[in-house]
Amino acid sequence: MSEWNKPLPTISGETKPFWDACRRGNLIIQKCDRCQEYQFYPRGICANCWCQDIRWVTATGKGTVWTFTVTRQNRTLGFEDELPYVLALVELDEGVKMFTNIVECDPNEVKIGMPVEVTFVQANQQITIPYFKPAG
Amino acid sequence: MPTVDLRKAAAIVGIHEHITRYAPDKSELQIQGESVIKALDDAGLGKDDVDGLLTAGNIRNSGLNLADYLNMYPKMVDNTTVGGGSFEFHLSHALNAIAAGRINCAVITYSSLARSGGISVGTGGVARFGHAKLDPSPDSFEELYGLTTVGLYAMIAQRHMHLYGTTSEQLAEVAVAIRQHASMNPEALFRDPITVQDVVNSRVISTPLHLPDCCVITDGGGAVVVASPEVARNCKHNPVWVLGAGEAVAHQGAGKRDLQFIAAKQSHEPAFAMAGVTHADIDMAMIYDSFTITVLETLEDLGFCKKGEGGDFVSGGRLQIGGELPINTDGGGLSSNHPGMRGIFLLLESTRQLRHQFEGTARQVQNCDVALCHGTGGALGSRHSGGTVILGRN
Repeated sequence: MSEWNKPLPTISGETKPFWDACRRGNLIIQKCDRCQEYQFYPRGICANCWCQDIRWVTATGKGTVWTFTVTRQNRTLGFEDELPYVLALVELDEGVKMFTNIVECDPNEVKIGMPVEVTFVQANQQITIPYFKPAG
Repeated sequence: MPTVDLRKAAAIVGIHEHITRYAPDKSELQIQGESVIKALDDAGLGKDDVDGLLTAGNIRNSGLNLADYLNMYPKMVDNTTVGGGSFEFHLSHALNAIAAGRINCAVITYSSLARSGGISVGTGGVARFGHAKLDPSPDSFEELYGLTTVGLYAMIAQRHMHLYGTTSEQLAEVAVAIRQHASMNPEALFRDPITVQDVVNSRVISTPLHLPDCCVITDGGGAVVVASPEVARNCKHNPVWVLGAGEAVAHQGAGKRDLQFIAAKQSHEPAFAMAGVTHADIDMAMIYDSFTITVLETLEDLGFCKKGEGGDFVSGGRLQIGGELPINTDGGGLSSNHPGMRGIFLLLESTRQLRHQFEGTARQVQNCDVALCHGTGGALGSRHSGGTVILGRN
């Protein structure tokens, strides 16, 4: 595996289950047992009703492109040599939005509303990162 | 209803813009210091009159270090840092403190060496300074994907086009109008008029935004002196009254907010209510123009036109001096200056216009009695602040 030259997540107690699941190829998000709301990014409280009765649920991993941009300038290490790349907000079927890149397709083919599904890339032994690709 | 009538409880009595666009030989504290002194001189006040100090930024130019540098002992220090629009929040906070009788006179100041520091403000994420350790959230769920500031605005522009049929040519109208104003400002970085075709034919930075859709990067700074009615009465210039102020933030809402609606939607209502004015009363506006889409979205969510109609609204010269709603008459961030955070310059130019400082020249907005400033800080696509202030001539 070539060395990962992009930023890596810092994992804390409240986000560790998410990153552990990614390593196993699962996308999980949080749902509140009290108010039944989904939330993303993960946190130690329900951002809606402020209770702590939140549990992890496996997401379908499917969603649509809510919006995107084809990035043509970014001098940051790891991204400069990948230009142009697609930065996107994907709305999962569960109704929460995630930042991601749309991969495994021509950037010019990406459209708002396009169905996408999660795919995982192993960054190193400890960390695997979720991306999205056109739904197959 | 507020228990205190804040309308005209404070006034802008002194201003100074540090006109430098490139100042590698100065420190940020020096630019702030020089600005504070000159703004107080503009007001006819001095060091001993100031009991509040407000600034934004990191520790290097925090209120603590600035009080040290200026050898001041303010009774109120406010370091609210919510991005480029921080200074509209500062004015709101100074208004509160003055109305409550806790201070009589505050100075708001800012400086930045973004240009001489070689900082890619718009086209690098948190990781632009090398891959520093990310915060567990939200950065660890965002920065992995190569977010840039321009990208976070471009995503909102892309969706605006998708939902409402807004075009690149309409976004370009914003850049063209503001460049026209820059041509009248001898201090502006870019002064040569441009056309819509110039904008849409230029390099794309992050689709759908072209280079002239993005603000410039400069050094610079300035200061604003805010005072109670009693102090204002004895200042050199006629006071520019704070009529209304409103503050808001917008964010992903745990993944559920529609960020096509920005913080301006929340902040403008209390500002208009406090001021007791309507949109028809606004003679000119200073709209934070980090990007052309920022202006279009802000005008919509401030209520100057309906959601989705911003593309038409910004077209046809409406935003130019002589038009229905002149904006950014100094040339804005798109053409004049943008040293990291631009919100203070909105207050400076609207004060100049309300003083009728350009009377007899093309830059003066005719019969300018009421001005609106709206500062946006952060990024439209992820999280941002919005501060609206309404100012009035005596």
